[in-house]
Amino acid sequence: MKRSRLYLLLALAVALAGFAVIAGTGISKNLVYYWSPTDITHAGDKAYGATIRLGGLVSPGSVHMEKGSRLDFDVTDQHTTIHVKSTGVPPQMFREGIGVVVEGTMSRGGYFQSDRLMVSHSNEYRAPKAGETVNAKELIKTTKGIE
Amino acid sequence: MTPVLGRFLILASVFVATTGSLIAFAAGKRKSLDGLAWARRFAYGFAALMALATLTMEYALLTHDFSVSYVAQVGSREVPTWVTIVSLWSSLEGSILFWGLVLGAYIAGATWLTRKQHSEYMPFAIGTWLACGTFFGFLIAGPANPFLTIPNPATDGAGPNPLLQNHILMVAHPPFLYLGYVGMTIPFGFACAALLRGKLGHAFLKPLRVSLMLPWIFLTIAIMLGGWWAYEVLGWGGYWAWDPVENASLLPWLTATAALHSAIVMERRGVLKGWTITLVQASFLLTILGTFMTRSGVFNSVHSFTQSSIGPTILVFLAAVLLFSVVLLALRIDSLESEGKIDSAVSREGMFLVNNLIFVLLTFTVLIGTVFPLIVEALRGKQMSVGRPYFDSMVVPVGTALLFLIGIGPALPWGRATGRQALRSLLPPLITGAVVVAIGAYAGARNPWTLLTLLFGGYAAHVTLVEMFAPIRQGGAKALRRGRRRFGSYIVHAGAIVVLVAIAVSSTMRTSTEVRLDRGQSAAIGPYTVTFLDVEQRMEPNRESTIAKFSVTENGKPVTTLEPRMNQYPAMREPIGTPAVHSTAARDLYLSIMNVDTGSRSISVMMLITPMVSWIWIAVLIMGLGGVVALIPVRSPAIREAKETLPVPGEAAEA
Repeated sequence: MKRSRLYLLLALAVALAGFAVIAGTGISKNLVYYWSPTDITHAGDKAYGATIRLGGLVSPGSVHMEKGSRLDFDVTDQHTTIHVKSTGVPPQMFREGIGVVVEGTMSRGGYFQSDRLMVSHSNEYRAPKAGETVNAKELIKTTKGIE
Repeated sequence: MTPVLGRFLILASVFVATTGSLIAFAAGKRKSLDGLAWARRFAYGFAALMALATLTMEYALLTHDFSVSYVAQVGSREVPTWVTIVSLWSSLEGSILFWGLVLGAYIAGATWLTRKQHSEYMPFAIGTWLACGTFFGFLIAGPANPFLTIPNPATDGAGPNPLLQNHILMVAHPPFLYLGYVGMTIPFGFACAALLRGKLGHAFLKPLRVSLMLPWIFLTIAIMLGGWWAYEVLGWGGYWAWDPVENASLLPWLTATAALHSAIVMERRGVLKGWTITLVQASFLLTILGTFMTRSGVFNSVHSFTQSSIGPTILVFLAAVLLFSVVLLALRIDSLESEGKIDSAVSREGMFLVNNLIFVLLTFTVLIGTVFPLIVEALRGKQMSVGRPYFDSMVVPVGTALLFLIGIGPALPWGRATGRQALRSLLPPLITGAVVVAIGAYAGARNPWTLLTLLFGGYAAHVTLVEMFAPIRQGGAKALRRGRRRFGSYIVHAGAIVVLVAIAVSSTMRTSTEVRLDRGQSAAIGPYTVTFLDVEQRMEPNRESTIAKFSVTENGKPVTTLEPRMNQYPAMREPIGTPAVHSTAARDLYLSIMNVDTGSRSISVMMLITPMVSWIWIAVLIMGLGGVVALIPVRSPAIREAKETLPVPGEAAEA
């Protein structure tokens, strides 16, 4: 192999390694976890500060609209219920019993602080019957972001 | 009867593709012209069978033959006829059949256009195409069969995915995407042919370049249509969210763009052959990866219609193509000899190398961010995604560098540039850049990246326009006709500059507000005052619409009436919004209904002002137009005359 070619390959390897490091840190800083209410309680301390997409159903009777677009409601997967305080714009036809995904993080106050609220856009998804559990993962997959 | 006919046609197409592929490879190995002629016939046969199968499906759709499984799935007597026709690509099975049709058309077209040339490469190219044809035929015949027989057919069905019916852009986006995606098969076949043949002569560069350019144009427009659709329908006021399915369409575009550039260096200097071939193969592989991501249900979104079983099949095909490409490259890359070398980094070709580096970096950035969650899920069963800040923080600097390069590359000469040459060509455009920055700052731009984009944008626009019209100044219209490819590529560059600037401006200078209005109340945003007039319910055959009416005034003068709406389809639990947009050259006013209280007649509406956003759609169309200009074959009267009297030298050398 010619010497110049060797240098070129070395330079490329160094550049690639540098890029991999930058991309790696970029990814690890910006991971978004897809969790159900049960997952969050299992995660314990890891849930504080992490970016989480919490999926579940809006518990009937739990929605409180405050001034502006501030919104309080409970998200449940029929096992665990988590209280959500949302500053996100409630999307078209947000209502009780609907499947939602909220993005935000667990606060030390024991509630989920969210600034982004999405509803399921799937035509496959139906509200579960009584006793049926909610598949948070499927729910999260069928939302389209609202910024 | 119809389903049986459909199944027969598909099985026949699998048989024809398999046989044709084997004949073609055998003909390539034995250098048999007879075998090549037969391979060509099989290629046309495959295309014809796919076309007939598609026609059969359209016939079944139009006659509402619910004994065909696909019609039972997406057909409905309630929807308008145009919806029925485009239902072909509204769901998984039909879209794969449509893929087969497009693949057949591409293969037949490429076979026809090369019928008198390149006979030493063509057997391998046709063999590769038909091998892909075999796979897609198998996909249609097996895991994604749209022609299954329904024993006790219903008399009516649910209709296609409401999103398809909701907006005309959703009708146009998929065909363009398929024309882009599927078209990458053709340059892939040419690239494999060059490797299998063990050489890449100068004359063979043309089919490689042309076959890459055409799907590139379609893909460019498809990506824009997807973003435009998201903007017009999804109601969040943005057009790009780094969603995995969006990334899937962008990835092959990035590598194809890189390949188009390295192909120019290959043509001019005879270097970078193996590299260009690698990029072409990567583009094809990324289309298959994209198909896997959008069609297998690993990411569920607007694009993946249903949890389906074709995922593993596509994954196996992806692995096979990857293995084939890597092994072929490893074995044969040394046979593609370089005919020259690159003298200096500060030169036109040096800038092409930087361009390629940038596009490869972009590809890896987006690829890693898209695939990483999939790998984590496969290995550890945990679901996550990579957030938007990752993509933004990585892509914005690289994209800005790219804009700088659009300006600097064409200003440098081929070969080696002296310091003075470089300086002299770079100074005047800088002044234009500074002027554009001043205008932007006056209009309120403060974000440093936006200002930098404006500087590079103005600079690059100056260089591009000078280069675009240089032949006209020097040699008039005749010179322009001869340099049509160059002219076309500068049109593409001009479009790209506007797109990048418009993206920077529109994403950093948005203002939005959300208000609750009673009837007759107004709210102000920017120069506009928006008054809520009324809300009405309208029943349409296939949907129920809630339509809100707003009047808009700008500085006191009435401008327009906007009617954002929400459409409720019977097949869908949630309504689909259709925001209303008032577009002007400077900015868009965007109204999206968040909530309607029909009882008290009050409404929550999101109002957005996004500057320059319509420039993106227009400029991407200009990019496509530039591509078309570059594709039009150069044929001045003098050349045509020469062609009639003389054998073409390139072909004589090739045959």
